[in-house]
Amino acid sequence: MNSFTTNIQLVYVLAAACFVVGLHLMNSPATARRGNQVSTTGMVIAIGVTLILLIHDGSVTGVGWTVLIVGALLGSAVGLYSARTVKMTAMPQLVSMFNAVGGGAAALVAVYGYLHDESAPGGVLGTTTVTTLLDVIIGSVTFTGSLIAAGKLQGLITGQPVLIRNGRAINIALAVIAIGSAAFMITTASLPALLLVVLATLAFGVLMVLPIGGADMPVVISLLNACTGTAVAMAGFVITNWALIVAGALVGASGGILTKLMADAMNRSLRNIIMGGFGTGDTAVVAAVSGDAQIRSIAADDAAIQLAYASKVIIVPGYGLAAAQAQHGVAELAALLEDRGVEVSYAIHPVAGRMPGHMNVLLAEANVPYPQLKEMDEINPEFPRTDVALVIGANDVTNPAARRPGTAVSGMPILDVDQAKAIIVVKRSMGHGYAGIDNELYANPKTSMYFADAKKAVAEMTAAVKTLVGLF
Amino acid sequence: MSTALVTDLTIFVLALLVGIEVIGKVPATLHTPLMSAANSIHGIVLAGALLIGVTSHTVIGYILAFVAAFFAAANVVGGYVVTGRMLKMFRRKAQPVQPAQPVQPVQSGDGQR
Repeated sequence: MNSFTTNIQLVYVLAAACFVVGLHLMNSPATARRGNQVSTTGMVIAIGVTLILLIHDGSVTGVGWTVLIVGALLGSAVGLYSARTVKMTAMPQLVSMFNAVGGGAAALVAVYGYLHDESAPGGVLGTTTVTTLLDVIIGSVTFTGSLIAAGKLQGLITGQPVLIRNGRAINIALAVIAIGSAAFMITTASLPALLLVVLATLAFGVLMVLPIGGADMPVVISLLNACTGTAVAMAGFVITNWALIVAGALVGASGGILTKLMADAMNRSLRNIIMGGFGTGDTAVVAAVSGDAQIRSIAADDAAIQLAYASKVIIVPGYGLAAAQAQHGVAELAALLEDRGVEVSYAIHPVAGRMPGHMNVLLAEANVPYPQLKEMDEINPEFPRTDVALVIGANDVTNPAARRPGTAVSGMPILDVDQAKAIIVVKRSMGHGYAGIDNELYANPKTSMYFADAKKAVAEMTAAVKTLVGLF
Repeated sequence: MSTALVTDLTIFVLALLVGIEVIGKVPATLHTPLMSAANSIHGIVLAGALLIGVTSHTVIGYILAFVAAFFAAANVVGGYVVTGRMLKMFRRKAQPVQPAQPVQPVQSGDGQR
């Protein structure tokens, strides 16, 4: 290592340090923006020093420069456009698309690394091949898997689990082909074998995500994020670049942690989710509630009276709220209540929304200050002294059945909504949540059901509160 | 196993542990921006894509370099911009809303990259 390449590596270490500090600053909403800026600085440094390296090296051809610059500029334009225009409800798709291109790029780096080594004198080294193969395998699975996940979230592919006949057998066969070819390549350099690995893992990515239901997507996106990070770290091994190794490992760790948090909050094991089956999302089954249960429904005027004369209201938003685009309406209703001196906060379950923390972003967009957004552990002790809990589009995460064993939701952490003095549930129908069971909360004598689309219901309640307090 | 590979592995494992330590403390409120930030960080693969250019002198090499640079650049630029956009929305206090005045357009002068 001569002094120039040593200096370059040192600058890469500086960039990696920026990534760590940037992520550390994400610990609080107050410093998070600075964290993103620090991380951006690290990235600019890393890319800048790479360009210096390319110029210093001098072996990049004119065509090479054109290819790199045009490719990077076009990519930047696409990335910039999608980042500027994406709706906050569509964030999960965008993150998934970024996972796809990141994983794809990492796989291409490895494929190129292999081609280059093969043409070099002395051929392919054993140690390079192992990380190269891991990079190709993980990167390709992430690429197609993320594309399918994004397609499902966008509604281009059905959110229902797609069951393929003999799907599991095909998956096992693909895995055997990929791993077999990879194992063969460790001893013998072979381009056809590499192509086989790529094709088998690309197909595996598609077949892995297709059978997974839309409701499990928070976990899948986290997992694919971890995979992309790992693939990038492997690409770092392939080209011996510490910045890629550190950055990839950081992302791998974050994706891993979030995957586990999400899986725990949904009370599902990762294995269960990947093996697929019943994650069908909110099914539109209009089920009759079991005979003896008494369901009380409520009109806007009565709901408004309860809300306007409460001293403490907790709003429990779920995916139904985001799906109906009702977050702005809810924020307006909350502001109206606060003007009357009602204490309003939001109880956010870890799996509310379509990716980890999604609901917080949606509410932040609707101008809700983040100190009002309370996490489950923080808000649960507050329910007993709450006058009205307003549940909007959330179902399973409020089902008290989770506290006893033997039901589909048993053991799942829930919001203790049933402990509030009164409960209003906004819901389109008595349909089941994703767990497919009756919500015992709805039969609670303290509960009133407001059957309507979330956006419509919130608008009606807001109007009723306004009329009530004479703001018109 | 070469010394270089051992060094790389050491860095990888330590970075994983640092990641777990740093990210484990991030509150659920910020999990989506966190994932988006992590997303932009793996855009570092752009450096890897650019380095392909050093040795590629064949058509297939150029094609791989082009696609890799395109993918990675979309990842890194889009990732940072959308993370910045999200974080800008997190406020401690609600902004006073004056219905008479139209809301300021947010697009202009984003300042993020």
